[in-house]
Amino acid sequence: MDAFILSRLQFALNISFHILFPTITIALGWYLFYFKLRSNISGHPVWMRMYRFWVRVFALTFALGVVSGVTMSFQFGTNWPGFMEKAGNVAGPLLGYEVLTAFFLEATFLGIMLFGIRRVPNWLHTLATLIVAFGTTVSAFWILSLNSWMHTPQGHEIVDGVIYARDWSEIIFNPSFSYRFAHMLLASGLTASFLIAGLSAYRIFRGDDKIAPRLALKTATYTAAVLIPLQIYAGDLHGLNTLEHQPQKVAAMEGIWETEQGAPLLLFAIPDEESKTNHLEIGIPRGASLILTHSLDGEIKGLNEFEGEHPPVAPVFFAFRVMVAIGLLMLACAWLGSFYLYRNGTLPGWLNKVFMGMSFSGWIATLAGWYVTEIGRQPYLVYGVMKTQDAVTGLPAGNVAFSFALYAITYAVLLFAYMATLTLMCRRSVEIEEITSEEREKAKATKISPLGA
Amino acid sequence: MPFESLSIETLGDIYIGLLALAILLYAILDGYDLGVGVLLPPREEAFRDDMIASIGPYWDANETWLVLAVGLLLFAFPDAHSVILQTLYLPATLMLLGLILRGVSFDFRAKVAQVKKRRWDLSFKYGSLLTTLAQGYMLGIWVTGLRTDWWAQGFALLAAFGLTAAYAFIGSCWLILKSESALQEKAIYWARRGLVVLSIGIIAVSIANLTLHENVRELWLTSHWGFVLMAIPIACFCLLSFCGVILKRMPATNGKGEKLPFMIAMTVFILCFTAFGLSYYPFVVPGQMTIADAISDANSLRFLLVGAVIVVPCILAYTFMVYRIFAGKAEKLTYY
Ligand code: HDD
Ligand code: HEM
Ligand code: HEM
Repeated sequence: MDAFILSRLQFALNISFHILFPTITIALGWYLFYFKLRSNISGHPVWMRMYRFWVRVFALTFALGVVSGVTMSFQFGTNWPGFMEKAGNVAGPLLGYEVLTAFFLEATFLGIMLFGIRRVPNWLHTLATLIVAFGTTVSAFWILSLNSWMHTPQGHEIVDGVIYARDWSEIIFNPSFSYRFAHMLLASGLTASFLIAGLSAYRIFRGDDKIAPRLALKTATYTAAVLIPLQIYAGDLHGLNTLEHQPQKVAAMEGIWETEQGAPLLLFAIPDEESKTNHLEIGIPRGASLILTHSLDGEIKGLNEFEGEHPPVAPVFFAFRVMVAIGLLMLACAWLGSFYLYRNGTLPGWLNKVFMGMSFSGWIATLAGWYVTEIGRQPYLVYGVMKTQDAVTGLPAGNVAFSFALYAITYAVLLFAYMATLTLMCRRSVEIEEITSEEREKAKATKISPLGA
Repeated sequence: MPFESLSIETLGDIYIGLLALAILLYAILDGYDLGVGVLLPPREEAFRDDMIASIGPYWDANETWLVLAVGLLLFAFPDAHSVILQTLYLPATLMLLGLILRGVSFDFRAKVAQVKKRRWDLSFKYGSLLTTLAQGYMLGIWVTGLRTDWWAQGFALLAAFGLTAAYAFIGSCWLILKSESALQEKAIYWARRGLVVLSIGIIAVSIANLTLHENVRELWLTSHWGFVLMAIPIACFCLLSFCGVILKRMPATNGKGEKLPFMIAMTVFILCFTAFGLSYYPFVVPGQMTIADAISDANSLRFLLVGAVIVVPCILAYTFMVYRIFAGKAEKLTYY
């Protein structure tokens, strides 16, 4: 294997590992802020119990996010020097702003949030929680702005093959940015919600009859029920935006080989790059045209119009279906779960198990979504401006192979340890008597039932 | 665009200054917490808990200075970044591995079953060690102007041990400041030993350094600036001797002077760093590439400078605030 393929694999491995943790921390930070606020307002100790459990999950996740992120920040220079040489004038400041405005903020206030509650006044601790949540979101803002610019570049000029920034507001708020930012934040919200719901369901399954897991399950399920339709709507808009700027990506997503009027919406098929057709098609006639052009016989450009300029079809096609399938599954679970929780206050046993199984579903959908986006942009790195091939490292393949193997092993161990530790934390919390008797008295005195909330 | 009046030369100086600030702060701040990691005793669990508690609220923010330094190098001096990191690809990978191991161990150790805790502690210790050795090695190779011959390798190994000693020394000074009774006594013992190793290391590295580059030798030995520059090693020497005297008298019963060793260590770091900086300015890769060769586009530099001017003081302010909040002896780490 040559350094080009290895570098791509290594980059994909690193960023795929990294994104698992931000997707959780971004929204979990806001959850923690919400728990803290509810605790401040109602004074009911259960909110603080929830805060305490989830802040430890947050700390662990955050640590994994940080270390894999530090690795990411070395990747651009080591494996994609060509990218920085040609696009550095745009990419550099955006990455720089991310470090300055987001990383320091979250890393510094994290100390107060995790260890400072007895050292600082309560309001400052609440504020620190808010700042950390805000910091993770700001970080997503900058990096997604850069990523979106790579998909829909504008506001720059090219002199002697080097890209120079011309208009920063055009660069930052490029045409696909708002869609990507919204879609990603919602993805984070859903990933965290299903993680909270799933682990709480697991605690209940293990016989935990305290209020905290039931309340957490309820909060997370209701939140997911609100977010998922928004996500589907945002995804639809995102697709329309992509159709406008990268029609070949949409053609690959929909598996449309020839330009067609009234194209079907394929539910399943096996795209065949060789013969440029699909096998085993199952589809809804005219569906794709209806969704993408809002007319039953709207024309959709096929891959034939982008000979040699379109991405590999099968990975994009399948990844898209994985994402959408999980989205629909989430919709069913969240709504059904909300219905039962609202009516009975608990989930039926089977649904409880389904929620346990869905704990990490957000990860799969998020990765699938990113694969659609990123593989769908190939062969370009900066769409229409720079090919991935032109950015690669001059490193010897042996070195990259060595680092790739090292990362792959480390990440596999860490991922296993992370998931095992989360389950262990749940099992342990079952045995712990969370609420002390004096707190119970206090709770009775305030006469607030958070479960009714 | 603001800062239109700044020429590309001035911008280069500003960015090299920012980069130097980020590296110096990184070396001091992550230096002490890496040092604490390196010193972690494999056999005494109670010590390990307290030692790790002493860096709990800080390590993440400390590491962020590295991210800033790499980011600045990448963006302001892209050509330098690309040759440096491509030459140093393997040590950089090992450093990242070390950083990964220690960063995650810190959190895992508190959450796993008791029997597995020691394993994560060891991974914390050896992760820290791997990081410091790799950083010292990279520093050494960089100083030689990215040479890869045997003499350069030897120098880099020397630098690897020197930097590890320096980090261990500042780490033990940090522990003197942050700990009590038995652990503090242990830290004083470590600091005494670290002081000796560090002094030898500074002398060895300084002399070896003079053999590497013609212009550095000239600057230190023949130019009339040499006299002024010589004040730096002399000051270092005096400070370290003074530190030795203080450490002999410790632990004082009333806790007086506990801050002094850390202050001295910090000053020595700053002095050594200044000496390095003066020797190699205006090079970004010694003897190979100057600031002017490597600097990127002026307009982009100006755009980020706007943010830097506003944000860097804020970062320093809230960092200071966090150190105030957690001042005094470290407490047991408890989340919430
Ligand atoms: C949508 C969100 C998102 C995406 C696409 C990325 N990151 Fe990230 N990153 C975050 C969201 C985030 C975060 C939420 O802000 C993290 C995760 C946990 C954390 O500590 O902050 C973070 C941490 C983090 C850190 C450590 C920060 C610290 O020391 O506190 C670095 C250096 C990077 N990232 C760098 C990158 C690079 C170079 C990326 C792209 C190639 C990237 N991240 C993609
Ligand atoms: C966070 C989620 C992300 C995931 C899971 C992801 C995944 C991927 C994958 C799988 C590829 C390989 C495509 C291929 O080679 O066929 C790729 C390419 C690339 N992506 Fe992303 N990406 C993410 C975000 C980003 C961001 C935020 C940036 C930049 C700001 C970025 C920059 C790149 C670059 C430079 C390449 C080209 C290298 C390559 O082809 O492997 N990616 N990404
Ligand atoms: C079910 C309805 C959904 C639709 C119609 C949809 C649509 C899309 C489309 C069209 C893209 C590609 C954007 C591009 O061309 O660059 C995309 C990307 C993505 N999707 Fe979805 N999506 C859905 C559900 C989900 C869910 C449930 C998640 C995660 C929980 C998710 C996470 C992502 C992510 C992380 C990306 C990559 C980042 C981006 O480009 O925004 N999506 N989605």
